[in-house]
Amino acid sequence: MASAAAPHAYLQQQARWHWVEIVFWLSTLLPFVLFPQYLQLASQIAITALFALSLDLILGYAGVVSLGHAAFFGLGAYTAGILSKFYWGEPLSLLVAGALVAGLVGYATSWIIAYFRHLALIMITLGLGLLLYEAANSASWLTGGADGLQGVRIRPLLDYFNFDLYGRTAYTYSLIVLFLAFLVTRRIIHSPFGLSLRGIRENPVRMPAIGAPSRAHIRKIYTIAAVMAGIAGALIAETTETVSLETLSFQRSADVLVILILGGAGRLYGGIVGAIIYMVARDQFSGVNPQFWYFWIGLLLVAVVMFLPNGILGGLARFTESWRRRSR
Amino acid sequence: MSKLFIAASSLAAALAAAAPAYSQGTIKIGLIMSYSGQFADPAAQMDNAVKLYVKQHGDTVAGKKLEFIRKDTGGIAPPLAKRLAQELVVRDKVDIIAGLVLTPNALAVGDVSAEAKKFTVIMNAATAIITTKSPYMARTSTTLPQLNETFGTWAAKKAGVKKVYTMVSDYGPGHDAEGAFQRGFKEAGGEIVGSVRMPVANPDFSAFVQRAKDINPEAIYVFIPGGTQPSALGRALAERGVDTAKTKIFGMGELTEDEARKTMGDASLGIVTVYHYDHNHQSAMNREFVKAYNAEYNRNPNIYAVGGWDGMHLIYETLKKTKGNTDGDALIAAAKGMKWESPRGPISIDPETRDIVQTVYIRRVEKVGGQLLNVEFDKVENVKDPFKARMKK
Amino acid sequence: MLTSLGGVLFDGFAYGMLLFLLSVGLSVTLGMMNFINLAHGSFGMLGGYVTVTLMDRLGWPFLATLPAAFVAAAALSVVLERLLFRHSYRAGELDQVLLTIGVVFMSVASAAYIWGTVQQPVQLPDYFTGSFTFLGVNFAYYRLFLIGTALVVTLLLVAGLEWTRFGAQVRAAVDNQRMARGLGINVNLAFAITFALGSGLAGLGGSLAIAMVGLDPDFAFAYLVYVLIVVSVGGLASIGGSFAAATVLGISDIAGKYYFPALGSFLIYLVMVGVLMWRPAGLFGKR
Repeated sequence: MASAAAPHAYLQQQARWHWVEIVFWLSTLLPFVLFPQYLQLASQIAITALFALSLDLILGYAGVVSLGHAAFFGLGAYTAGILSKFYWGEPLSLLVAGALVAGLVGYATSWIIAYFRHLALIMITLGLGLLLYEAANSASWLTGGADGLQGVRIRPLLDYFNFDLYGRTAYTYSLIVLFLAFLVTRRIIHSPFGLSLRGIRENPVRMPAIGAPSRAHIRKIYTIAAVMAGIAGALIAETTETVSLETLSFQRSADVLVILILGGAGRLYGGIVGAIIYMVARDQFSGVNPQFWYFWIGLLLVAVVMFLPNGILGGLARFTESWRRRSR
Repeated sequence: MSKLFIAASSLAAALAAAAPAYSQGTIKIGLIMSYSGQFADPAAQMDNAVKLYVKQHGDTVAGKKLEFIRKDTGGIAPPLAKRLAQELVVRDKVDIIAGLVLTPNALAVGDVSAEAKKFTVIMNAATAIITTKSPYMARTSTTLPQLNETFGTWAAKKAGVKKVYTMVSDYGPGHDAEGAFQRGFKEAGGEIVGSVRMPVANPDFSAFVQRAKDINPEAIYVFIPGGTQPSALGRALAERGVDTAKTKIFGMGELTEDEARKTMGDASLGIVTVYHYDHNHQSAMNREFVKAYNAEYNRNPNIYAVGGWDGMHLIYETLKKTKGNTDGDALIAAAKGMKWESPRGPISIDPETRDIVQTVYIRRVEKVGGQLLNVEFDKVENVKDPFKARMKK
Repeated sequence: MLTSLGGVLFDGFAYGMLLFLLSVGLSVTLGMMNFINLAHGSFGMLGGYVTVTLMDRLGWPFLATLPAAFVAAAALSVVLERLLFRHSYRAGELDQVLLTIGVVFMSVASAAYIWGTVQQPVQLPDYFTGSFTFLGVNFAYYRLFLIGTALVVTLLLVAGLEWTRFGAQVRAAVDNQRMARGLGINVNLAFAITFALGSGLAGLGGSLAIAMVGLDPDFAFAYLVYVLIVVSVGGLASIGGSFAAATVLGISDIAGKYYFPALGSFLIYLVMVGVLMWRPAGLFGKR
């Protein structure tokens, strides 16, 4: 980091692919071979990871803590679900539609979001999310209300691959979308725009002085994050053919926040690692102990904070850092 | 991070390998319920009854051993419920799916039941359309129209009430209950003088009760979900001194469940509710059921328990009838038209809709030996789900 | 119309005081100590279960269980503070979120394990049930009691924190730890006691609330959003702010439900978003 005389050189150096990353992405193919019976879980992990990745863009890189991020997830899901009821079940175009609607709403609300920070920001995102939830509950003629949307029918992917019981299509599809979104994210955060976002996170007052307009940047990244969350929502609607109020709920917003912090916010892979650990742990704990698994998940979270502060990746990074220093 | 991923993967792999192989001598039943979270208590009641049934009737049916796999949805989570059902089918190779406390989850599982042709027993979820989602579904609980439409008709005809104000929770089941009650009531000549929908998350009912009291109707009809709400509503009724002798209070049975009556105290006296089961139902079979349930779990069974109990009965009897054949078509064929005596009274599975046909009870809270109890004082026998009867027309 | 307005004001104020009692502990731990204590509801839940258990099993009178609920929640919080929370005072906010959410998860499962998932019935003593009517307005006894308790708690807190030596030490320790240490203030002790105070108040609030809102293991989650709303609208570090916020929220919520029931579920969120957009630091917030 000391050699970061020229910012472009620094960015280029940062953007280079590390071998661990390549191994990681190759290993996401392992479930096909090693545990083909867990592909539905893997698919939902990939979707949650995408959702967490979108939160990381605003939370980890721009310092915008949101407790209402499920609003965009739910918008994507409902858009895909509602359109599919009207003889438009083509998954790829539904994904685009979900992204568009979520992005539009994201852009509109970003004008509010960009003006607030700290607790007010958290509570405003929470309030807007809950208002949308209540609106969806009221508009049961459109959304199906508390029973969930009925009649969601998705055509096979590319009119060829059925969404099968095993989840082969679902996982392949979710994984590809996650990877593409990841590439976009990686590109963004290793761009000068991404660098100035981090600057805003550290000090929103000073950044405009060096020519980075804080609010405009925040509006931009917030909209991008909303688009990605909308895609994640549309994906869950397509791969499960269900859409319900739960996609918009506070619970979902809180869960994804916990997942991201668990993995490590602002670390690119934090959301993905968090989603894998949290959802595999939840699946296993709740399988063994359906009534009291919350206890073990809670213990996991507490242990991570105690022994790996700044999330799993943050903690690990610190360990490897000190280990390297010692071995030198 | 690759290390972590590998660790997680190998954990999963180890557990996958540990899953027992499919064997000829066992029948696997996957139970999907909300074991944790806001709706954990209904699941606990239901699961207790399932265990009690197995304890009393043995875990072997038609020469095969039953094996149960329990999955938690942790509340309303259709994508999760659907995934759990898929995993039960492809990974655990279950023969029967059962449980299902919540409507959205049951609807999501419907697709899997239909696609995998698995016999599925709905032990609680009560929205009318659920059983239309899969031809392999049968229900042993109730439907909202079955209770509330019957109740509306009863209120106008038998109770002689002409004007009612309705208060329901503002969500799917609330809307269904409101619609069903109003339909039954109006068709029998009653008049709805006003209605209000109350937020689902509502810690204080004083405003709504006060509104109803200001209108001063002949009767108030209430639907709220079980759990924390009946106590909160009961508190508002009690402090406002709504006199059930002057203003009749009608509701679905959640309103006067055990805990709610205790919280309300004497203010609950005279409230009239409709339900399909109460532990105070007078029959030899029920007394025995309540006694056994109490001995095992130190509490009284409620509708979730009886739904679980009858669901197990349906599973056992259909398996006996098919001689252990777990084919979805064979099981659902065996279930159609099956009749039996339940702790709640005589019930059967409608061969056309696969929904439950049962007696609907009208009860009033009375003091019996110093205890506040739901006392049945009228009933309507052999009620089918009126919603699906209309759908056919 | 006028009498209904009186009733709405009274019920709304009482509901606000219920919200205040549920959240005042958080305006101590989050507001004063800057510790994101999402486990606040867990301490409230503990208070509720203490009250129910003492009443049901040991036959204690309701009023006697209230101090016990306070003490139990405060005592447990000291243990947790020494074991867990104090390590993350200086950690980032995100770690505090994760830590306290973890504690909530564990508390929910523990409550379900110990007390079962069943809804706990709460029988108030006879002198708290019912109401009297004065000038056409219905005054429920328990609501009057809630209002009285809230006023007493507010007075004691404001007086204790503003006017006593200990209050000054706490404020100094929170504002500038190093300086306070230099002045010979036992910062660790001040933090532990403040945390215990906040959690004890949560326990008290829980045991007062359960008679209105019921109690089951979901309690720790169920009211989290409400208490966060009260504290943020009131402004951090301001007991009076929380009091004012709870009053505004309570009255607007009840009035909304009475006069415009179709808006019922939206109102509390609309008020919150509106106030925070107008005053991001809350009604009485300084930062």
